[in-house]
Amino acid sequence: MLYRETGQFRTSYAADQAIFPLRQDRIGLAAIALVAALAVPLLADDFFINTIMIPFLIFALASIGLNLLTGYAGLLSLGTGAFMGVGAYACYKLTTFFPEVNVLLLILLSGFFSAGIGFVFGLPSLRIKGFYLAVATLAAQFFLDWCFNRIGWLYNYNASGAIEVPTREAFGIVLTGPTATPLARYMAVLALVVLMTWLASNLVRGRIGRSWMMVRDMDIAAELMGIRLLRTKLLAFAVSSFYCGVAGAMMVFLWLGAAEASSFGINVSFQVLFMVIIGGLGSLLGSFMGAAFIWILPIVIRAVPATLGLDIGAATVEHVSFMLVGGLIIFILIAEPHGFARLWQVAKQKMRTWPFPY
Amino acid sequence: MGLMTLERPGGKRRRHLDEVLLALEGVSLRFGGVNALSDISFDIRKGEIRAIIGPNGAGKSSMLNVINGFYQPQEGTIRWKGRERRRMNPYLAASTGIGRTFQNIALFKGMSTLDNVMSGRALKMRRGLFWQLVWIGPARREEIEHRRRVEEIIDFLEIEHIRRTPVGKLPYGLQKRVELARALAMEPELLLLDEPMAGMNLEEKEDMARFILEVNEQFGTTIALIEHDIGVVMDLSDRIVVLDYGRMIADGTPQKVRREQAVIDAYLGVAH
Ligand SMILES: Nc1ncnc2c1ncn2[C@@H]1O[C@H](COP(=O)(O)OP(=O)(O)O)[C@@H](O)[C@H]1O
Ligand SMILES: [Mg+2]
Repeated sequence: MLYRETGQFRTSYAADQAIFPLRQDRIGLAAIALVAALAVPLLADDFFINTIMIPFLIFALASIGLNLLTGYAGLLSLGTGAFMGVGAYACYKLTTFFPEVNVLLLILLSGFFSAGIGFVFGLPSLRIKGFYLAVATLAAQFFLDWCFNRIGWLYNYNASGAIEVPTREAFGIVLTGPTATPLARYMAVLALVVLMTWLASNLVRGRIGRSWMMVRDMDIAAELMGIRLLRTKLLAFAVSSFYCGVAGAMMVFLWLGAAEASSFGINVSFQVLFMVIIGGLGSLLGSFMGAAFIWILPIVIRAVPATLGLDIGAATVEHVSFMLVGGLIIFILIAEPHGFARLWQVAKQKMRTWPFPY
Repeated sequence: MGLMTLERPGGKRRRHLDEVLLALEGVSLRFGGVNALSDISFDIRKGEIRAIIGPNGAGKSSMLNVINGFYQPQEGTIRWKGRERRRMNPYLAASTGIGRTFQNIALFKGMSTLDNVMSGRALKMRRGLFWQLVWIGPARREEIEHRRRVEEIIDFLEIEHIRRTPVGKLPYGLQKRVELARALAMEPELLLLDEPMAGMNLEEKEDMARFILEVNEQFGTTIALIEHDIGVVMDLSDRIVVLDYGRMIADGTPQKVRREQAVIDAYLGVAH
């Protein structure tokens, strides 16, 4: 009976509204926080931080961004990659103009640029829904992709067409560029992701989150209850794109160090969409679980042959990993269409009554 | 019919039936060639329960949709709280005190009962994006304040036990009740109920009728009610509008309407 609720009475609406009303959940969260903020920095090597932790957190943030739009407001988008790109290019231009400014601040500011672009591409959402809207966002994806390629100003007319992250600091610590340590970058990513996850969790449990879910579940009823659909949808596009933009800026500045247009292609859009769906639409926790699954599983699979001493070509391993992950996605979606978040809920329910299921 | 035993708690209802809350003047609504409403004029007075009856397809739901601005009539005007409007829109209607339930349940399926009812408070909550993000402080205080009001409504409609249940999992009768709770959470002055008892068994109907009366009496809410069960209509309503093929064929007290030949022919005679 891990999840014994008995004796934990909520005596006020305030306590009832807490994000984690149960003691067990709070303990679990504290444990995760300890691992993320202490154990990982102390114990993990650079490879683990660089290839697993940093990208996992960044993709989790992008998934939260898409989840706000698709999971909460019910608006399907295939433009995530491009919105991430807008954040990355915006941050690159900002740091070109303002090299002295704290780079973390610039990363957050770039979110406003992607929010603006997201707002514009959200305008058709008043008239079109579902697959048609997805196609409209796909158009955004290709259009922005084209901009990243063709507008030299965006990449400072580099011959390579790529953006390369210069060395920048925050609070006297080098965070970006070749000399930044993985640990410093990890801590910066962690801080931003924790902060933004907290803000998102506030948003979705209040008035605005409910208005998104109203539009998602029954837009006509929402409208007749006085929700202004266009405003509500555009706000979802803007906030979602803000998150994606910040994730994109972090991806280039705190992880890859360099990027070109193809770093923000349609593949990225799909990858993040998979994370959201596998994790669970409408669940922030699910975004983390989905990002962990889609990002970390292939790495583990790729490591298996080497660990076992098998001599298999890298290309073969890649293909096998593709097939395995693809197969697992299909399997999970058949077994539990609502993703990991729902599985976790069900598991909690079981633990609550264990060992007596009735 | 069924509900003759229904008690009216306050005895004789105290009301000011002379003040007109909403008036329709010569309203016509067409969909392509279909005349959903033709030249309809009637009013709803403050504090009354106004029934709208008529056979299927008569235009009753369209009537409600005109009143809360979802459909724009091609002709006619609407006076709402003394102000004349050529066009109503849903936002204006909701924010000036018109709430409604739907013929086919239109709850937010992915949300719990509590969240559905809280969603009725959407227009009453004021804190913007910034405070919502920060949560601690004003947004949280506002949420708690509204939660308190919503819990009163939940108690009133006796749905405490399903507070946390996703509404999609509830039986039909309870879903109808949650929909009423959601509409009440808007604290409307005029509540439009589109067949609130359709598909219910006798016991559920009696509960719903009791709630409608109590809402009318305790909160002073004016109610426009579409209902097919003539017994219920005769019992609950102060005045009745009868529609048939988009035309208004009778308007008056239950006693008066019951005796009109046109009504008996068009509706009562056929249906019962
Ligand atoms: N959105 C619409 N588009 C086309 N025709 C409609 C629409 N809404 C209602 N109608 C038509 O208007 C008439 C009245 O319908 P309705 O108001 O739903 O009747 P009732 O609620 O009395 O059963 C019907 O003939 C219906 O087909
Ligand atoms: Mg109808």
